[in-house]
Amino acid sequence: MQPIYFDNNATTACDPAVVAAMLPFFSEQFGNASSIHSFGNRVGQAVAAARSQIAALLGAEHDSEIIFTAGGTESDNTAILSALKAFPERREIITTAVEHHAVLALCDQLEKEGYVVHRLKVDRRGRLDLEEYKTLLSERVAIASVMWANNESGTIFPVEEMAACAHAAGVQFHTDAVQAVGKLPIDLRRTRIDMLSLSGHKLHAPKGIGVLYLRRGARFRPLLRGGQQERGRRPGTENAPAIVGLGLAAALAARHLETENTHVRHLRDKLERGILARVPNAFPTGDLDNRLPNTSSIAFEYVEGEAILLLLNKLGIAASSGSACTSGSLEPSHVMRAMGIPYTAAHGTIRFSLSRYNTLAEVERVIEAVPPIIAQLRRISPYWNAERNAPANAEFTPAYA
Amino acid sequence: MWDYTDKVKEHFFNPRNAGPLAEANATGEVGSIQCGDALRLMLKVDPASDRILDASFQTFGCGSAIASSSALTEIIKGMTLDEALKVSNQDIAQFLDGLPPEKMHCSVMGREALQAAIANYRGEAWEDDHQEGELICKCYAIDSALIEQVVRDNALSTLEQVTHYTKAGGACAACHEKIEEVLLRTLAAQAGTPPPSAAARPEAPPPAPAAAPRPALTNLQRMRRIEEVIDSVRPMLRRDHGDIEVVEIIGKNIYVNLQGACMGCAMEAATLGGIQQKLFEALGEFVRLLPASQLETSRQPLHAD
Repeated sequence: MQPIYFDNNATTACDPAVVAAMLPFFSEQFGNASSIHSFGNRVGQAVAAARSQIAALLGAEHDSEIIFTAGGTESDNTAILSALKAFPERREIITTAVEHHAVLALCDQLEKEGYVVHRLKVDRRGRLDLEEYKTLLSERVAIASVMWANNESGTIFPVEEMAACAHAAGVQFHTDAVQAVGKLPIDLRRTRIDMLSLSGHKLHAPKGIGVLYLRRGARFRPLLRGGQQERGRRPGTENAPAIVGLGLAAALAARHLETENTHVRHLRDKLERGILARVPNAFPTGDLDNRLPNTSSIAFEYVEGEAILLLLNKLGIAASSGSACTSGSLEPSHVMRAMGIPYTAAHGTIRFSLSRYNTLAEVERVIEAVPPIIAQLRRISPYWNAERNAPANAEFTPAYA
Repeated sequence: MWDYTDKVKEHFFNPRNAGPLAEANATGEVGSIQCGDALRLMLKVDPASDRILDASFQTFGCGSAIASSSALTEIIKGMTLDEALKVSNQDIAQFLDGLPPEKMHCSVMGREALQAAIANYRGEAWEDDHQEGELICKCYAIDSALIEQVVRDNALSTLEQVTHYTKAGGACAACHEKIEEVLLRTLAAQAGTPPPSAAARPEAPPPAPAAAPRPALTNLQRMRRIEEVIDSVRPMLRRDHGDIEVVEIIGKNIYVNLQGACMGCAMEAATLGGIQQKLFEALGEFVRLLPASQLETSRQPLHAD
């Protein structure tokens, strides 16, 4: 049985054309892009071409606004730490309660070091309160960092509007667009976004390569100090094979943007409707009218996510969960908790994230597979009354530790 | 994904004794608010012999929570209630050929459900005294609640002491930053005393003030004090299913037997080091705590202290 991969928000398969484009840069094209001889020069030209491809996908005005990094986490850390260094008298940061750990864990640490962190709350559908945001913008704020789209629920934030507000208040604006790039149209030259993070492996490029977009003229301080690579803004010999791969992946993503918003969206909608029609006590999470076209997050009440994933995996189906138990921490996902999803549902939240490589036949197989798994786990769940096939409600009241 | 043993997978995919038990006369219902797992354990107890004739469970939880519940019911069937009460969460984990450290709490929940069910059968009130915090040391599955408690109970102030007393941080050392954070937080919370630097290396023990030397102990007082110190650390070892026994005291060498889970534990040396430090403080003199296995070799020559 062919395995089905519905976990594209975690990582994507490297496109075969991307792999092919990278291979020469592991062998004959091994030069250092900074070298003056022909070995280096050819690699340097390939890196420059990739930079242009990425600038085109993002709608950046200048190729030099593209800085290659080792991935989304490095880009996020670089952006926020840069702002704190560039504006040392500003001691506040605005972000949201549902950011990726690459931003949240850094902010937790900065809080311990004495910075004030404002974490914008979200409502039950995962939406921000822009009024709260506007009141927080002040000359004490070094940077506002808000993700373009949430990795768990797929909810899209109005970052272009928020960047304009930040600009008006004289505050730098950064967005973690790791989930948005390639799935949503982005035209940075028409926005006030100062910095943007993207990650290669979320758009069919390899792991270990990312980009920090840095608007020309935005104050910046590098995270690392070293050579003149990336104009001194990110020293270290360029990861040429991965950069070339990311360049091609960006060109392919631009070409397939339409596919993501038609074909992939259609598959996602069919999957979600199919599951919800067959499974009682299940509901989709996030802002359903305003979310990534590839993401469906479904909360299955009274069962636990890891158990669902293990049973799906047995059938060759890969998805992921907002559950505590898959992440190593005990808490359920901070995103589901921020949206106020009850514990018994938050633990049973499954994220299906599709890509342009998925098919209708796969969607149909998953729609068939899910209902018996949920029923099987509910039969042994104390929160579920198997006889009535309904929630047990007051019949189960455990003593909580 | 977790590195589950085949036994865990087998008990998850084919759980034994899952579902309601019609003739149950004892029920335990427990849950963990932090990890969200919940478990109902049902027993059919023979009133004449106090023997568990049948057991079943219903569990809301991850793969290892379901597997732990299944394992528990298999372990306790046929036991008397008193025998069943001796089943530890380590027994459950061992039955499954081990659980990942992050998942040990699943086996704890099983044991608590068992205690609750037996209390329910005997008409007793059951109170859960189990506390769980953030998992700090993944090598030894030590959480913040345990570290906080040991720091408070033993007035610890350095990372090294925490390692000696709890084992946390004693292997891969990746959690040292987290341990120091817990330590600072606990110290700061204590009676408003300013936290000393947790990062400080262990200092040389302060020299005994020369002006007021401790009065010398008689041999009997000294032996009693050694026993007191050993008794004070025993609960900590028992928590890890180990024990300690004093075998002989020869001059400055105190020979002990580590028993149970402590035997051959990777942290044996560190455990002895921690206890030695306590003895040192209680006696006001330098002593060496040695495994009794070294007793034979030291006996033959006159001990050269």
